[in-house]
Amino acid sequence: MPRFAVSVFPGSNCEEDVKYALEDVLGEPTDLVWHKETSLEGYDAVILPGGFAHGDYLRPGALARFSPIMDPIREMAEQGKPVIGICNGFQMLQEAGLLEGAMLRNRTLTYICRYVELRVEHGDSPLTATLEEGEVLRIPIGHADGNYFADEETLAALETKGRVLFRYVENVNGAERSIAGIRSERGNVVGLMPHPDRCYEPELGTDDGRKVFESLVAWTKEHA
Amino acid sequence: MKANVIVRLKEAVHDPQGETIGNVLKQVGYGSVAAVRQGKFFELTLEASSKEEALRLAREIASRVLSNPVLEVFEVEVKE
Repeated sequence: MPRFAVSVFPGSNCEEDVKYALEDVLGEPTDLVWHKETSLEGYDAVILPGGFAHGDYLRPGALARFSPIMDPIREMAEQGKPVIGICNGFQMLQEAGLLEGAMLRNRTLTYICRYVELRVEHGDSPLTATLEEGEVLRIPIGHADGNYFADEETLAALETKGRVLFRYVENVNGAERSIAGIRSERGNVVGLMPHPDRCYEPELGTDDGRKVFESLVAWTKEHA
Repeated sequence: MKANVIVRLKEAVHDPQGETIGNVLKQVGYGSVAAVRQGKFFELTLEASSKEEALRLAREIASRVLSNPVLEVFEVEVKE
């Protein structure tokens, strides 16, 4: 049975939701791991959750990138294990150089907290393994800096290599090419701005987020 | 020794905050302001034996931590 780790930074606030979705809803053993830990031995996947690590000071994710836990996270990425960044976690992976691009302030200059529709662009990935290309999910976003930016060369590379995994159906924040989620070249590192950890049971509006976590579990089991 | 670091967005990067400030400046009568770009300023107080060492250190910090090369460029100035 795979074991999941959720890294916790000072200012993270979605770690319990991720743990609940994986452990209570899907029955997969999941631990919260403090950012000062230097080992993730025994874990098959790690999730960097949303929130405001280090208060988002300097730039979102810019200071979290230097936390000790980022070393074993980098090792897991190199070993081909799933490394998943949600929202602030995505920003950390960008700052750490594990995923391309950076997040600009939303085009609206406001914090946007609402449900959005997301189009699944590729099925075979740690967050879409049980989903079909073209499927549309309803998942909430909650961010001020989710306006995906990368230079033209990088965007072209992401597109031609099928690395854009999720796009906003309506571009709410100004993201280049409506990008909401991407994967690394090898495919095991994934960043997603919207929050599947806020909609894993019908009581929460939709349970589309559950499908994303089911994909993560299925992909991890297949690749562990 | 003190080092001043200015971090600014690359020319190609859209700056909605600077634009909004520019629009307000026009509204309040500063029609001569053609454009505003917003950036960040850091003052580092350093222990360094020479101006060159301080400059090298400040440049390294600006490049590695204070700026994000995807979006930003920086300038460093050392004051004795």
